[in-house]
Amino acid sequence: MDYATLLQLLDTTLRLATPLLFACLAGLYSERAGIFDIGLEGKMLMAAMASASVAFLTGSVWVGMFAGMAASLVLAGIHGVASITFRGNQLISGVALNFVASGITVLIAQRLFGQGGRTPPLAGDARFEAITLPLAEELRGVPVLGPLYAEVISGHPLLVYVALLMVPLTWWVLYRTRFGLRLRAVGENPAAVDTAGISVVGLRFAAVAITGILCGLAGAYMATALQAGFGREMTAGRGYIALAALIFAKWRPVAALWACLLFGFFQALALRPDVVEAVVQVKVPVPFLDALPYVLTVLVLAGFVGKAIPPRAGGEPYVKER
Amino acid sequence: MADPRYAIELKGISKSFGPVQANRDIHIAVPRGTIHGIIGENGAGKSTLMSILYGFYRADSGEIFINGKPTAIPDSQSAIRAGIGMVFQHFKLVQNFTVLENVVLGAEEGALLAGSLSRARRVLGELSREYELDVDPDAVIEDLSVGHQQRVEILKALYRQADILILDEPTGVLTPAEADHLFRILKGLRDQGKTIILITHKLREIMETTDNVSVMRRGTMVGTVRTAETSPEELAELMVGRKVLLEVEKAPALPGKVVLKIEDLRVRDEHGVERLKGINLEIRAGEILGIAGVAGNGQSELLEALGGIARATGRITMNGVELPLSGKGADGRARRAAGIAHVPEDRQALGLIMDFTAWENVAFGYHDAPEYQKNALFMDNDALRADTERKMATFDVRPPIPTLAAKNFSGGNQQKIVVAREIERNPDLLLVGQPTRGVDIGAIEFIHKQIVALRDQGKAILLVSVELDEIRSLSDRIAVMFDGQIMGLRDPETTDERELGLMMAGMTGKGEAA
Repeated sequence: MDYATLLQLLDTTLRLATPLLFACLAGLYSERAGIFDIGLEGKMLMAAMASASVAFLTGSVWVGMFAGMAASLVLAGIHGVASITFRGNQLISGVALNFVASGITVLIAQRLFGQGGRTPPLAGDARFEAITLPLAEELRGVPVLGPLYAEVISGHPLLVYVALLMVPLTWWVLYRTRFGLRLRAVGENPAAVDTAGISVVGLRFAAVAITGILCGLAGAYMATALQAGFGREMTAGRGYIALAALIFAKWRPVAALWACLLFGFFQALALRPDVVEAVVQVKVPVPFLDALPYVLTVLVLAGFVGKAIPPRAGGEPYVKER
Repeated sequence: MADPRYAIELKGISKSFGPVQANRDIHIAVPRGTIHGIIGENGAGKSTLMSILYGFYRADSGEIFINGKPTAIPDSQSAIRAGIGMVFQHFKLVQNFTVLENVVLGAEEGALLAGSLSRARRVLGELSREYELDVDPDAVIEDLSVGHQQRVEILKALYRQADILILDEPTGVLTPAEADHLFRILKGLRDQGKTIILITHKLREIMETTDNVSVMRRGTMVGTVRTAETSPEELAELMVGRKVLLEVEKAPALPGKVVLKIEDLRVRDEHGVERLKGINLEIRAGEILGIAGVAGNGQSELLEALGGIARATGRITMNGVELPLSGKGADGRARRAAGIAHVPEDRQALGLIMDFTAWENVAFGYHDAPEYQKNALFMDNDALRADTERKMATFDVRPPIPTLAAKNFSGGNQQKIVVAREIERNPDLLLVGQPTRGVDIGAIEFIHKQIVALRDQGKAILLVSVELDEIRSLSDRIAVMFDGQIMGLRDPETTDERELGLMMAGMTGKGEAA
């Protein structure tokens, strides 16, 4: 494999890792606050449909993006009401919302556009276009680093950079701010937060709302940047992969970046069977490559990557004790 | 008009949960700069009253005055603002946070943490110098001992500038030395003008530390007295509403033949650390052998090895028959068949299934007893319920309802259910761990009487307790455990607390280290 091919592979990795990264960080906020969210998938799907539809109808990708975030927030709100206000089972609520999203997205798209549950292809201002970073062309001539900058780092839609910036931002919020301290505390021991005179419910709703916004960005990126429109089940289990990455990363933001890049890399490999064949010298069936990220997900979820200790109060509704 | 000399004055506080009246027309006045004890049996309404004061519940009626000013406390934030700090029985700490982070949580100064943390570090340094409250600010809570965790809770309250500190059963989890340290801290705080409310059911602590004491019984305030002018007997009578015997009445033991002989018993925990390091003991018919020691020195492992729960090596002989210590036959059922009954230390984890009813719990371990079988296929649940009702009557379990879930009984009544189940099987040897932990004073008296009665029938009893008073008053012989070994045997008549305390700390009573 030559350097140019490697760069192409890394470029694809970054593009494919972006929705995982948004969703993974989304899950991080929620789960750090003690609300398990298996419904990342549904929120992404909902956001993908909403953003593609609105972007097509208005011709503006920005309006589409905000519509996606709003749609995802609605699902997040339902999850919050079910699991925080009514202390329901968080897994069941999440699974139910995934089912709802899976059905209702196709229904709405079909009703709006009558194209078999798809949105019409997006073009022009209805899509996020690639951005060329400053000096990308000028530096292309620099050995090794120049092409890396021009090919891999530069030339992505805006949301890729937003996702990458979310990593240090999340780290800073989590470990350097009052909100972060309280968020981590409420996921570990809500009684400590409650007796300190802070609202457990308020904190958890804030976390769930952030999850909604980030899932919205993940979905909007899928439909208006990675691809040009919404298609049935287009998230293809990325919400679950993001959850696996979150566990892999042990609920830490910087580790989440590496975990998502790893999963993204496997997804990128599936698109380049020729490269895999050249490297391992064996013809690997494409379906096997397609399955790799999911196999890795199963392995991670089965606990093959060492002990991952979830936030202690995760999944438990908070009931004030006597 | 309220009197400003009082840090806290409650007037006519009432609170009910559904049909249960937890507090009824409570009046109490706590003078500033004193340690004020509140005692009462479990369920007397102490914790509810304090939760009202800390804003966890709102009283149905009544008024709260803080320093003479009428104050509404709708939530914990208002309580903190009014200068009230609370140290709960179960600590409210974030286990994987540092001491500093726990202290700052909820009392941050701005949206960013750095400033708050460095201020907290400075204040903590000052507080620890002032009050013997030394804790490493960068230590993670889960690495700290229980005693240190409690200090963090006190520091949290002081950091929030609490003038009034409420402690709910603070010594339940502490060693005697840690408890003494705590009381020194509390007296230091009082001397600096803080007001302290100490909730406990331990009369000795009340007598040693408080200035005044209020007694609660069944949701009402029975009375407030000056500690110097009362006695443990009077307080116990006020708590229970009748005369209570604090000393166990028992005739001298008439020890018979050896029932259980333990030779070189060793237990390793899951990390491979040896927790029992060669125990040799004999327990005779008609005697109570008490095991004294600070919690965690191998007493639990001893009970579990004998009860068939933990694997062990060595040799145990019951009535001349050797019992296997690992593999087949080393389980609770085989031990019961051999005549060993076990009242485990942690009744909620090992003694009962909390969501199951009393009669189901009475069946555990004895569910295959012939009298509970209808035929080869079915159990005779009616017989079981009738039997449970009988046992509940004998052991005065309240309420005597066999169909009530175990979790709905008070701690003392849960313990009575376990004790009834085990003693009524008429075992040759009763293993009993912490028989009165979390049990109120009336039930303690009853359980002690039952244990002595079993001894007087010529049964052998192995009693493990971290309450030295309990060991001293019940035992016919005392063995002291330290670090998985028996430090020595003493006669309760001739030994004293000081000698036992030294042995519990690893000295052999004659002054030399083990």
